[in-house]
Amino acid sequence: MPATKTRTRARPRKPGPRKPQVWNLRLYVAGQTPKSLRAFANLKVLCEGHLKGRYRIEVIDLMENPQLARGDQIVAIPTLVRKLPQPVRKIIGDLSNSMQALVGLDLRETG
Amino acid sequence: MTLPLPTRRRSPRAKTKQMAQEKKASQPSSKTLPKASTGIQGLDEITWGGLPRGRPTLISGGAGSGKTLFGLEFLIRGATQYNEPGVFMSFEESIPDLTKNVASLGFDLDRLVADKKLFLDHVYISRSEIAETGEYDLDGLFIRIADAVQRVGARRVVLDTIESLFSELPNPGILRAEIRRLFGWLKQEGWTAVITAERARPDGLTRHGIEEFVSDCVILLDHRIREEISTRRLRIVKYRGSTHGTNEYPFLIDEHGISVLPISSLGLDHAAPVERISSGIARLDGMLGGKGFYRGSSILVSGTSGTGKTSVAAHFVDAACRRGERCLYFAFEESPRQIVRNMRSIGIDLEPWVRKGLLVFQAARPTYGGIEQHLLVTHKRISSFQPSVVVMDPVTNLVMVSTRNEVRSMLTRLVDFLKTQGISSIFTSLTTGGGPLEASEADVSSLMDTWLLLQSIEIGGERNRVLYVLKSRGMEHSNQIREFVLTDDGLRLLDVYLGPEGVLTGSARLSQEDREKAADTSRRQELESHRRELERKRRIFEARMVTLRAEQEAEEERINQSISESESLGEELLQARGQMVRSRKADSSSYKKERRAPAARRR
Repeated sequence: MPATKTRTRARPRKPGPRKPQVWNLRLYVAGQTPKSLRAFANLKVLCEGHLKGRYRIEVIDLMENPQLARGDQIVAIPTLVRKLPQPVRKIIGDLSNSMQALVGLDLRETG
Repeated sequence: MTLPLPTRRRSPRAKTKQMAQEKKASQPSSKTLPKASTGIQGLDEITWGGLPRGRPTLISGGAGSGKTLFGLEFLIRGATQYNEPGVFMSFEESIPDLTKNVASLGFDLDRLVADKKLFLDHVYISRSEIAETGEYDLDGLFIRIADAVQRVGARRVVLDTIESLFSELPNPGILRAEIRRLFGWLKQEGWTAVITAERARPDGLTRHGIEEFVSDCVILLDHRIREEISTRRLRIVKYRGSTHGTNEYPFLIDEHGISVLPISSLGLDHAAPVERISSGIARLDGMLGGKGFYRGSSILVSGTSGTGKTSVAAHFVDAACRRGERCLYFAFEESPRQIVRNMRSIGIDLEPWVRKGLLVFQAARPTYGGIEQHLLVTHKRISSFQPSVVVMDPVTNLVMVSTRNEVRSMLTRLVDFLKTQGISSIFTSLTTGGGPLEASEADVSSLMDTWLLLQSIEIGGERNRVLYVLKSRGMEHSNQIREFVLTDDGLRLLDVYLGPEGVLTGSARLSQEDREKAADTSRRQELESHRRELERKRRIFEARMVTLRAEQEAEEERINQSISESESLGEELLQARGQMVRSRKADSSSYKKERRAPAARRR
């Protein structure tokens, strides 16, 4: 089973005109490397800042489940996959460039 | 958040290492570089055993040069022939596409995958999905490879074409470093890896310079088009720690995959048989020291068009089939049926040999492929059919698809190959009319052991065919120019008539023949009359002899008679005297005196 961590807020924010649904994010890492930890920390900050209460993060350690890498076509680590909302988007890197990350996740408007 | 320690990644590594060590132990010598046989025809010969085992090899080439197929065949042959499963990481083609593509070459990827001999993984990244947000590494790829290797117990890994990551992933600096780390890791794990790369410029090997990271073995594939004919070539650019052939070797992709032709690696050390075989034309054998060609020799039959080159070759083939030997006939100009029909017109029936399986035609226009393809097809056919006689008719047509130089090099390699196999070969060569016949053939003739030149001589308003042996190594041969005719009974060499302008041919020969016949007749008549004269004289002489003898006999008789007459007269006288004495009673002494007395008295 994938190592999963889920953080959600029970009460959604006031219903905005766009993106009302819960964001489903999946972070692929390979072991507890500094890069992975950094990526996770950066992602948390990002989500708290822009998607408070309506996001779900799933961390997949490919060391544990190497076969999962093929499913989402993971090559680079860390990779963040936005499963929901559609369309699927992929962001690679440790998310230290938050501006790029916001563009990649298409989160600028809400921020 | 807590992430578990990477424990699973260790196990496949350890296992693979153990396997690699086992394999190394089975190598004959630890000093020489261990090699992994590719199973690709010919490649193992020019690399002296295959690719470096446990090290990455770079296969570079332009688009469509056969890189992917090379990688796949390396894995397939490894899995099926050497029991070394493999992993194929495709960065370009999808798995169904790959499977379909190589199915046309006779490889069943699905079955190998089902048998766990092969693992195919398609690494696909769409640039539009990617946004760069900071540092990254290729651990995802590492993990995928390690997982795939573990699933099938792979010993071989192919990355096809990893450079395409450059167009998909951001930050080339990181990517280069990661690819370098990847190659290092592959080597460390002891997997025999093939990394393909596209060659964008002629001065570089790869688009992004990754050849820097692969220092063990680099093979360059080339697919060039010249005059609308494609040729594929392979060259080993470097092979650290091993000797290797350095030439450009032609290779072919056909229904059996890749085959490389290591032709020039053959040395000049073939055996020289002393056995002689008939040319199929009795009087031609006579011109060649009475015994014909050496077995395993190469024979060039050259001449302008319509001089009977194919007929000479057909005679040789016919003779070989009669001896029960197999013949392989490469026809570049005529279809097999046409050859059979045409040869029947000069009394050579090749069809029974075809039906018996002794004679096989391989007919194709020279333009159907490049010179290498011809050479490879020739090699393959010869290797599979194992003939003792090979005909190439006409070899000059190959110039159509290549340069003279390349044809020469191809023929050198072919002749070497044939000689090594002890196969006798006839090459017919079309020379252009008008030019100096010897000079135009100079580039292939030195390869040949025997060179028959067919020529059509134009004298007195007609063309007649002549043949001569320009050279024949290691045997006595006639220096004469011989006229020949193609009869219902095959090619027939005629007697030689020398006229004031050299050899007489055609009508000139016929009239000379007539003249000689007339002269012969009159000579014979003269002789006959001499004989009759002699006989007559003898008879006259004999008649005279008879007359003379008769005369002499008559004379003798007469003389004898007179002698005997006179003798008897004497006796009678003596008797008469005696009676007289007795009657006179004279004494005997007086009788004695008296015996002389009568004469005196008579006187």
